[in-house]
Amino acid sequence: MKKLILALLLSMPFCLSAAIEQREFETPQQEHIYKTLLEELRCLVCQNQNLAASNAGLAQDLRQQSYEMVVQGKSLDEITGYMVDRYGDFVLYRPPFKPITILLWLGPFILLIIGLLAAFYFIRSSQSAETETSVSQSGLSPEDIRKLLDDEKQP
Amino acid sequence: MRHILPLGAFILLVALLGFGLTLDPRKVPSVLIDKPAPLFELVQLHQPDQTISTTDMKGKVWMLNVWASWCGACRQEHPLLVELARKKVIEIVGLDYKDETGAALQWLKQFGDPYSVIAYDGDGRAGIDWGVYGVPETFIIDKQGFIRHKQIGPLTPESLEKTILPLINKLKEEA
Repeated sequence: MKKLILALLLSMPFCLSAAIEQREFETPQQEHIYKTLLEELRCLVCQNQNLAASNAGLAQDLRQQSYEMVVQGKSLDEITGYMVDRYGDFVLYRPPFKPITILLWLGPFILLIIGLLAAFYFIRSSQSAETETSVSQSGLSPEDIRKLLDDEKQP
Repeated sequence: MRHILPLGAFILLVALLGFGLTLDPRKVPSVLIDKPAPLFELVQLHQPDQTISTTDMKGKVWMLNVWASWCGACRQEHPLLVELARKKVIEIVGLDYKDETGAALQWLKQFGDPYSVIAYDGDGRAGIDWGVYGVPETFIIDKQGFIRHKQIGPLTPESLEKTILPLINKLKEEA
């Protein structure tokens, strides 16, 4: 049994590597463009995988399409543009910064600021509540305290 | 009073999450709406020696239905297409997506053939141009050759009644 598990574990890297076709490129730059595309483009059927990670039929087709365009000498921008024209911004794993995505990009920071303000407000109000209680515990009325403070100011 | 703010924030959060549940993350809005239909020229499934091109359809309101014999949901929507064709509501062009010719023909024999012509897209290239990512998908194209509607997933009686049939009637009246 242990041996079987070991054999399965050892064969796993082969299963994973089988998902991606071996490609040949004329220049290292082309290979770089292709690898970037595979990381940056989403497989639309599987949603949370990029083209590099997915073995779905559509991902294979889009890899093939990307490869052919790379070999034809198309630039990274041209190929991503081609994909966005067909599938929309959703095909990009890194959504572009534009009016419709402002909330997506800035939302977390807005939430952070709201959180910090809330924390600040909370800490301050609890601190002043503490001073109030310690003052009332002293048994002095506010007027007495004011008098004491005034006395201190005028030696 | 001091509970109102957290409670309000909580209710807002629940409302937002609740709204999120009603959305379907699988539906990717098409960028092709109101854009010219992508061109294709493909061999016909029934007559492989002849081709069919999107330019052949200029001047007509037509439907492009992307289907395949391996697609289960296509079988589900198929009777609706047969019905549309029988009533001659709209000309339906099929796009047989990444399919085997033999299996596709057999499938049509079994379930009926509502298509005026079927383009055979064996390698899925035309599919990529049309932004197809899951079959079945159905497009409505107007007389000017612009895509006016895309339905992702199978047609349903509701989607036909509410959206597609009124749109077809409207488009037919357009010049």
